[in-house]
Amino acid sequence: MAKTGTAPRRDEAERTLKAERGGAAAAAKLDRLIHERVRLGILSALAANDTLTFAELKGLLKASDGNLSVHARKLEAAQYVAVAKSFQDRVPRTEYRLTALGRRALERYLDHLEALIRAARG
Amino acid sequence: MPAQPLRDRAADNLRFIRSTMERASSFTAVPGRGQVAIGLTAFAAAWLAARQPSPLGWIVVWVTEAFLALVIGGWAMIRKARAAADPVLSGPARRFWLAFAPAVLVGALLTVALYRADRTALLPGTWLLLYGTGVVTGGAFSVPVVPVMGMSLMTLGAAALFAPAAWGDWWMAAGFGLGHIVFGTIIVRRYGG
Repeated sequence: MAKTGTAPRRDEAERTLKAERGGAAAAAKLDRLIHERVRLGILSALAANDTLTFAELKGLLKASDGNLSVHARKLEAAQYVAVAKSFQDRVPRTEYRLTALGRRALERYLDHLEALIRAARG
Repeated sequence: MPAQPLRDRAADNLRFIRSTMERASSFTAVPGRGQVAIGLTAFAAAWLAARQPSPLGWIVVWVTEAFLALVIGGWAMIRKARAAADPVLSGPARRFWLAFAPAVLVGALLTVALYRADRTALLPGTWLLLYGTGVVTGGAFSVPVVPVMGMSLMTLGAAALFAPAAWGDWWMAAGFGLGHIVFGTIIVRRYGG
């Protein structure tokens, strides 16, 4: 009786180990630059719009001016977003657009998330 | 790293991406208060139109109401967008108008054609159907209540097409009057402005 009970437990343990290894491999591939919530929010919002202003992103992500600027600059430095600065009624206006590189990075990130979920399911 | 928390975090991130994209693509400049005002003028137009002795007089009342609604809606939209520091013709707004305008233009053309063919009794159903179609297509890029409003208008339009001609102004009051007031109020409460 005891023998028949250990085999399924071993199988389950192997499956868990395999899933953990698969999950860890997928997790390692995640783009750390996108993984941060505000940056992930910026890219997701821009994926659904041609352009968004700083004010629109701020309202959407409920982020402070400083926090949003810091994260937007990191994405700009990685060339994931393009920035256009102008004036409207003498008020400075900053407009963000997702670059082709940024869109590909977001797609890759989504693929990795899905792979992670699949791996965890075993 | 344990598989379960990893999976949960991945699923949570996917949900975050989806909800951010949904919120970002919603056209929030649809003016709820403006729609309520349009609804009130539509009630007045229905009362006035029902007292017109000729089809031409009836059409003039409703076309005037349409222009008035355009002015009220445009003004309210600009006001709401400015209050939110949004550009009036931002990406979602532009997509809304591009999807909304064709149905309205077709409605204008059919108004002339049906009047010339002496089929003005078909106008309430045609207007409600086409306006509803414009709201549904434009509303695909807007908050969820907008396409629901479009579907309601289309349903009223479909009913009006097959109902007695004498009920025309009642259908118009129900769709353009009550419809705008009800959905405008929902927009004000849920999305502000």
